[in-house]
Amino acid sequence: MCSTCGCGQAEIVLDSGKSAGAHAHDHAHDHAHDHDHHHHHDNGAIDYGNGPAGAHAPGVSQERMVAIERDIMSKNDAYARDNRRALAAKGVFALNLVSSPGSGKTTLLARTIEALKDRLSVSVVEGDQQTSNDAERIRATGAPAIQINTGKGCHLDAHMVGHAIETLGPAPNSVLFIENVGNLVCPAGFDLGEAHKVVVLSVTEGEDKPLKYPDMFVAADLMLLNKSDLLPHLDFDVGLCLANALRINPHLQTLVVSARTGEGLSAFVAWIEANAARRAAAMAKGGA
Amino acid sequence: MHEMSLTESIVEIAVETARKEGAERVTRVVVDVGQLSHVEPEALEFCFAAVARGTIVEGARLEVARVPGAGFCSDCGKTVAIAERFSPCPECGGFRVQMTAGDELKVREMEIA
Repeated sequence: MCSTCGCGQAEIVLDSGKSAGAHAHDHAHDHAHDHDHHHHHDNGAIDYGNGPAGAHAPGVSQERMVAIERDIMSKNDAYARDNRRALAAKGVFALNLVSSPGSGKTTLLARTIEALKDRLSVSVVEGDQQTSNDAERIRATGAPAIQINTGKGCHLDAHMVGHAIETLGPAPNSVLFIENVGNLVCPAGFDLGEAHKVVVLSVTEGEDKPLKYPDMFVAADLMLLNKSDLLPHLDFDVGLCLANALRINPHLQTLVVSARTGEGLSAFVAWIEANAARRAAAMAKGGA
Repeated sequence: MHEMSLTESIVEIAVETARKEGAERVTRVVVDVGQLSHVEPEALEFCFAAVARGTIVEGARLEVARVPGAGFCSDCGKTVAIAERFSPCPECGGFRVQMTAGDELKVREMEIA
């Protein structure tokens, strides 16, 4: 649980590779912060301890109950909606990649970008507690990348990602990958405004991960089972792993891939292209 | 889940509402936390005092109301009580149970002075 890792208000550092260490809050932004969609039941306030004859002595305040009924996640969700709207307006197809640390997300991403970049414009938001190593690895593929360092934080939230998208400025009709902080727990609860969450699991992790960390597998629409090149050396049961994942989320799509050998990557690339095209078509039809 | 940043949201909502109500301080905050929501009430309480410090919520009591889990089983067509996410239906043992309650996470009310 995150309470033990002590993540609080993260000191967020955005590194676009140009102006190193630019602080996330240094520039103006136009997220709609108003929460006018919330209903404050002001009239439902119940007065407790009304003084005799409603007397109200100056300086002596009376306690009363106020009904609020507000979702604790509402702030993040409002930012996520803004991000989704901004991305949709530019026809950007955004994927939020989530996994435990060491599942091979960044290698997988670099290989996928290599395969995609001739056909689609790609940009990347990288989330890690510290260092901009991953953004540098992505930039080596030629794709623009921005690093978010969450400091003590264990996940990306929609506010951080909104800033990153503004700074990065993804091209119209492009693909945006958001590589979340390696963590199979917290990122599940935070909508970033992406089209889909893609969960990456590697065959060195155990078949029962979907049962142990169900939230993430429920939140995801696609699961990539990575490092398939290691299967001959392991006792990992692919069928059991996929069955566990489908038990948690019957709608989950699954692909077995190897970022090292490239096995299955063409299927992932095809999935991205098909879904990006479907989304663009839906946008054009809906006029949104 | 993430108790520290959730607690920050709780305090923020409380401060915002208190200002709107013209209150000087907040004495009690009641939050609904679903039993299946993967939020530890103890961790929320632990973080609350620290996060509230220096705000008009400082010193307020945090009350966590647990909302029991329930789900709709599409095999038996009934709403059943569930103690764990993705656990089988207690009636028929099937796994096609759609959670309908127990995922709540909201600030319900507060007492201001």
